Amino acid sequence: MQGGNTTMAQAQSEIRYLTPLSVDTKKKKYCRFKRSGIKYIDYKDPEFLKKFLNEQGKILPRRITGTSLKFQRRVARAVKRARHLALLPYVTDLMK
Amino acid sequence: MYNYETVFILTPVLSEPQMKEAVEKFKTVLTDNGATIENEELWGMRKLAYPIQKKTTGFYAFLEFAGEPTIVSKLETAFRRDEKVIRFLTFRQEKYAHEYALKRRSLKKNAAKVEEAPAEELVEAPQAEVKEETNE
Repeated sequence: MQGGNTTMAQAQSEIRYLTPLSVDTKKKKYCRFKRSGIKYIDYKDPEFLKKFLNEQGKILPRRITGTSLKFQRRVARAVKRARHLALLPYVTDLMK
Repeated sequence: MYNYETVFILTPVLSEPQMKEAVEKFKTVLTDNGATIENEELWGMRKLAYPIQKKTTGFYAFLEFAGEPTIVSKLETAFRRDEKVIRFLTFRQEKYAHEYALKRRSLKKNAAKVEEAPAEELVEAPQAEVKEETNE
């Protein structure tokens, strides 16, 4: 009898949800240029610029990277210069 | 007087002296028009991210110069007339770009100095390894 009771208790304690409960821990996005004090974004460094591109080589939106508007414009300019000089591709698949 | 920088890509079919000659040619175009060349970097042969004129590699050259705005159009017509140049980009350095360029130049100078020192270390390193092996 005792054994039967313990198994019941275990079954009740192990209630599992199909989708894990979402705990609201929103990580605040920030502009990495403002935080680290970068004033000029260099087009000559394609490896750095790849952080702001998706796999197809498109520029990621601000809402994903958290970059401020001022620096988003500068990122875009640097990426476009790098593309013109064939340091970055205009279109591609599986860049990373 | 403003500060400018330019990058141009030469076709890979040229030989080494022809490359140098082409770079010198554009430098004289600049100096003849009253510009002062502040920095010159030859990045060498690099793979292009996409083919340009059916070529997959190119020889990159980078120049920084100070001069009057009229010089840019003169330089760019020279680029367009020259078939050896497959791509070019010239622009004026704004305040932060110029600061960055100055910093980059000083870093490069320091790196050149440092390169001499590690070369000695590299020579010593294999000897140390040999010693360890003999101890065992």
